[in-house]
Amino acid sequence: MTDQLETFRAEMRAWLEQNCPASMRTPLASEEEIVWGGRNAKFPSADAEIWLKRMGERGWTAPTWPKACGGGGLSNAENVVLQSELKRINARPALYSFGLWMLGPVLLEYANEEQKQEHLPKIVRGEIRWCQGYSEPGAGSDLAGLQTKCEDKGDYWLINGQKVWTSYANYADWCFCLVRTDTSVKHEGISFILIDMTSAGVETRPIKLISGSSPFCETFFTDVKVPKGNLVGRLNGGWEIAKRLLQYERTNISGFGSGARTDVVDIAKANVGLEGGKLADGDLRARIAQHKMAERAYALTTQRAQEEAKAGGNVSHMASMFKVAGATLNIERCELMVEAAGSRAFGWSGDGFAPEELAVTRGWLRSKGNSIEGGTTEVNLNVVAKRVLGLRDTQ
Amino acid sequence: MTFTLSEEQRLLKDAARDFIREQAPVSRLRRMRDEKKNGREPDLWREMSAMGWAGILVPEEYGGAGLGYVGLGLVLEETGRTLAASPLLSTAMIGASALMLAGSDGQKQEWLPKIASGETIVALAIDEGAHHAPGKSMLAAAKRRLTGEKKFVADGHIADLFVVAGQNALFLVRADAERLTRRELKTVDSRGAADLKLADVEAEEIGGGAEVIDQILDRARIGLAAEMLGQAWEAFEITGEYLKTRKQFGQVIGGFQALQHRAAKMFTELELTRSCVYAALDALDRNDNSIPEFASLAKARAADTLHLVSNEMVQLHGGIGMTDEHDAGLYLKRARVAEALYGGVAFHRDRYAALLGF
Repeated sequence: MTDQLETFRAEMRAWLEQNCPASMRTPLASEEEIVWGGRNAKFPSADAEIWLKRMGERGWTAPTWPKACGGGGLSNAENVVLQSELKRINARPALYSFGLWMLGPVLLEYANEEQKQEHLPKIVRGEIRWCQGYSEPGAGSDLAGLQTKCEDKGDYWLINGQKVWTSYANYADWCFCLVRTDTSVKHEGISFILIDMTSAGVETRPIKLISGSSPFCETFFTDVKVPKGNLVGRLNGGWEIAKRLLQYERTNISGFGSGARTDVVDIAKANVGLEGGKLADGDLRARIAQHKMAERAYALTTQRAQEEAKAGGNVSHMASMFKVAGATLNIERCELMVEAAGSRAFGWSGDGFAPEELAVTRGWLRSKGNSIEGGTTEVNLNVVAKRVLGLRDTQ
Repeated sequence: MTFTLSEEQRLLKDAARDFIREQAPVSRLRRMRDEKKNGREPDLWREMSAMGWAGILVPEEYGGAGLGYVGLGLVLEETGRTLAASPLLSTAMIGASALMLAGSDGQKQEWLPKIASGETIVALAIDEGAHHAPGKSMLAAAKRRLTGEKKFVADGHIADLFVVAGQNALFLVRADAERLTRRELKTVDSRGAADLKLADVEAEEIGGGAEVIDQILDRARIGLAAEMLGQAWEAFEITGEYLKTRKQFGQVIGGFQALQHRAAKMFTELELTRSCVYAALDALDRNDNSIPEFASLAKARAADTLHLVSNEMVQLHGGIGMTDEHDAGLYLKRARVAEALYGGVAFHRDRYAALLGF
């Protein structure tokens, strides 16, 4: 077994040496360099396009998905080797994708063969970009209160309603969506459906955030016709799929901290200075140290959960805990960076501030969403209390 | 690094859990306290030694089991769950590792078998003031003679042998040495401790210098963090059970969201702390070169978490939590002592920052 893994590692290393362009072995300089794929994919460089093409062909953007669905067909152990080799050369992720992180895993679990064959290979190769139609103006934390109507019209489904906080809906090709197929019951009246965003009657409007960026949209569906084959799983069985997908989403959001990647210690050293090798502001120093320890504890816990998952343990209950802890940490990190940067964090635009200083400011504002998106901290604490700790609800 | 336990380690943990539940529940600590024995539980220590725990670290050639730090840490975690009063940390973790790391062959041969059998109880004499400050020893050492004072030596009142730290060296001092005075301290956690006065007391140097003192202290910190982890989990679980059974306003109080969120936050802190403690124990077994970082991380996180949980245990129990009849007070009292021992949160935060270069 170990020999096989070592052979695999050697092959992997050789392949990466040949196929990972040198410019893809550097950290992302900004969010603009992220490759999201899709029909209208934007690549920051020719190398980024080549890198996605090569990784997608091998199925290594989705290493553990079955080969029959375009994935890499790797075992968990082989994937660990692959990830460590990618990390060793500091390779950028070839593709960022809600399809990879959220939709794919639930399609593997709940979709029929035709749906898997239709959608999974395109996700792996980054050909289709997906967005998530979950929240609605009247259904935020109380997601199951959603009202977007989906009616059976014999030959097709007819969809009417509005979604909100649809990440990058304005760039997405398709949307995985929660819709109401039965108005007489709450959770049991929800279905999970796939909608082509080019369908007639779909409209998106970006929402401008306090950070100045617009990663989210409002999405409107007016008499949108959707083929019957696009409903995933059982009719009115969407809530189970929705929750499953949220587990994947929460794990990903918590590990996908927004905000500037600059180290808070470097910012503090530059703007506060050192005295006798220690940060001159003792109070700030203590709080940064406390934060660094919390970050380390979080990273170690992620690692432990991965090991437990590999050993067959059920760690799904950890998702909400990770979401809370990850969001809290990222928000704290951004606050510390702003504090450490002093007035250098108070720029908005122009050349009076360096791009990385502006990134601190914008990242700080963006981080406020971390404890709201993908389930608020409060909702996730409810989940931990009820599903993990078994504390019963009132009534 | 690995968090996955070996079969041997899992068996050890299960055996420890069973033993502690049956032989050393919290009621045993309470009885010992009520009998004013101030931490003296010789029968319990004999039973633990018979389980082989005193020699978990000690290599087989010296009569131990050689099972490593993770193994000992798992047992310490279980003993922490019920606040079992024993010199396991002082003897099996600190005493054994001091001799293993820095002892001469002769010293190892003389002491390790007695440590492994439980015959010799060891205590680490480190601090000289009210706060942990290992770098500030005033101990005078000349020609195998020590003069100075040591404060709040954990298990010092029952120890047969002291590992005494000076500014740059470590010494072995026998408890029956002439001109060594020890004053027993009756402590809030009922575990007891001692102040030591050394007036030209005969001592044997063990090898190594300031670096070895740090290495031994880091073992003490990690071992104590393991004990604190078990204590915090148990305090949390007892509190959780109370939330599920206590009724007010016609319903169990665990149904109130304000309390649910506090429980969920404690759970999160506990899971994060568990990872730090296990990673630190594993780092010891691998002799990782960032043991100091892991030690400060584990000790500080364990202290923060135990502080939180021990306070919440009292508060969430309400009135009964303030009574001596309930165990919450016992958890609270031990918590503060353990938090401060071998460096509190502020000490380790400062050290962690220094290790990270700021």
